[in-house]
Amino acid sequence: MAPTDPNHARPIGDDPSSPIAPATAGRRSSAGRTGSDHRSDPVRLEMSWYEASARQRVAAFLDADTFEEFVGPTERAMSPHLPLFELPRAFDDGIVVGRGRLDGKPVLVAAQEGRFMGGAFGEVHGAKLVGLLRAALEVRPAAVLILFDTGGVRLQEANAGETAIAEAMRAITEVRAAGIPVVGLIGGRAGAYGGGGLIAGTCARLAVSESGRISVSGPEVIETNRGAEEFDSRDRALVWRTMGGKHRRLTGGADAYVADTVAAFRDAALDLIARAPAFDLATLEAEQARLEARLTRFGTCRDGADIWARLGINDAQAVPAMTDAAFTEIAAGVPEASHDAR
Amino acid sequence: MPAKMALDAILASLFPTGRSVAVTDGLISGEGSLDGGRLVVVGIDGDTPLGVEGALALSRTVLDAMKVGDKAPILVAVDSDSQRMSRRDELLGLYECLAHLAKTLLLADRLGHPTVGLIYGHSAAGAFIATALATRVLAALPGANPSVMDLPSVARITKLPLDKLEAMAASTPVFAPGLDNMVATGAVHAVLDPAQPLDAQLSALIADLPAGDTRDRLGRERGGRPVAQAIAERVVSQARGG
Repeated sequence: MAPTDPNHARPIGDDPSSPIAPATAGRRSSAGRTGSDHRSDPVRLEMSWYEASARQRVAAFLDADTFEEFVGPTERAMSPHLPLFELPRAFDDGIVVGRGRLDGKPVLVAAQEGRFMGGAFGEVHGAKLVGLLRAALEVRPAAVLILFDTGGVRLQEANAGETAIAEAMRAITEVRAAGIPVVGLIGGRAGAYGGGGLIAGTCARLAVSESGRISVSGPEVIETNRGAEEFDSRDRALVWRTMGGKHRRLTGGADAYVADTVAAFRDAALDLIARAPAFDLATLEAEQARLEARLTRFGTCRDGADIWARLGINDAQAVPAMTDAAFTEIAAGVPEASHDAR
Repeated sequence: MPAKMALDAILASLFPTGRSVAVTDGLISGEGSLDGGRLVVVGIDGDTPLGVEGALALSRTVLDAMKVGDKAPILVAVDSDSQRMSRRDELLGLYECLAHLAKTLLLADRLGHPTVGLIYGHSAAGAFIATALATRVLAALPGANPSVMDLPSVARITKLPLDKLEAMAASTPVFAPGLDNMVATGAVHAVLDPAQPLDAQLSALIADLPAGDTRDRLGRERGGRPVAQAIAERVVSQARGG
């Protein structure tokens, strides 16, 4: 299948590292007040989520001027390990964490910066997310939002990154068990890969855009280990049919599909916060049944389009080129796509 | 590196009076008796990669253990490969299956089942996170070889020469594969002595489980993660203020 969407030309995961420009460091969002503390700025709301930086996403996503960062770039909490590899560091280690308001409600938020080391989990990066989740147990926000944009573990700090991912998953279940929804938003250039995919799967709800990819092994990793016959990582259309936002939404791997704008992610987050499943035995029994049914029904499928056809979509081949509005309508008619089993 | 202890020898030392533990397609499940009660065993043997079916088989066992109502301790014994790397596994949502397995173990812990990991061979990446690292404490046996990625692969991706990486690995626990390094980061709580009975060592671990997640504190004390605990605490402290 030929790529039919401009998204297919976009780079996949593990972008070359580029440090965050220190010039933007520490600046509190101040632009674009609309007269209401409970509204975000209309111009910034139309910004592309994919193109925005982590800081731009947070500032535009939350109610205007409500974001307060914890351990911000002025504190210079940088990786103690990257210099060993002669690699540049970022003042925020590629993640922004803090508090703000979403439609007036207090929330905690973490946003990964996919343009620094592919948004990967290093020691400081991971510890900031873990700290935010632990803080949620004390300050009891209306929700915790994780804006994923990560290739997974940062190899230069692999053991620290992997352990932090395990800590974050444990902390998410504790926050959820305390009745606080943890919602993941996935639409950045690095996707949610590796341990980032596992953390995403631990959240109560996930929203994804077409560009959002969720996966454990990335295309390059599969190709390196198993060969191009197993997975040609340069075949972008294949990548999207296997792990892209539309496939995840249709199969119930994500709970909302949104256009690539800050406004769409904001609306989806508000909706998902209001209907987050509990973290208990009933939910996990339901998830077990849901995932077992998926393997039974689709275990022999070779391609995403085969699964979509079995889900009852008449023209499965047309799904990749569908507009967001048309796709959302189709997804609404797929019973498997929507559930409380996560 | 010391030789890997075989699963049969581990089970014999854990359950001197007998057990009912099966290994099917590399997946361990069963139970034995410990201190007069039940000990549930799940896990992965034989350097087996963990794919969608394996993850759901293990999570089924953990869910069943929760339904019994005896709050039996759960041992997660691991000698695995990484997650199974394939187009099919990702197509079918491996991230959901692995996260689901981790969630069942974390819920069991919440519901009062002591959960202990035991790495006795290899494990890596997603398979490691979804199993042994989703327990309250992770123990290891000498000969265990946890890793995120082997050094030749790290060399390929970081574009650093392998000999330079090997030299760096000798002095820097934060990225290098191996048990000692995972102990230093705090991921591995304790290393057991294979020459002593494992049942008593496991009972002692269960009797002395930490109340919460102590891995970042251990990482600071042992030097493998020098700043993680302080950073997390700073975030909590700033969130508390204001």
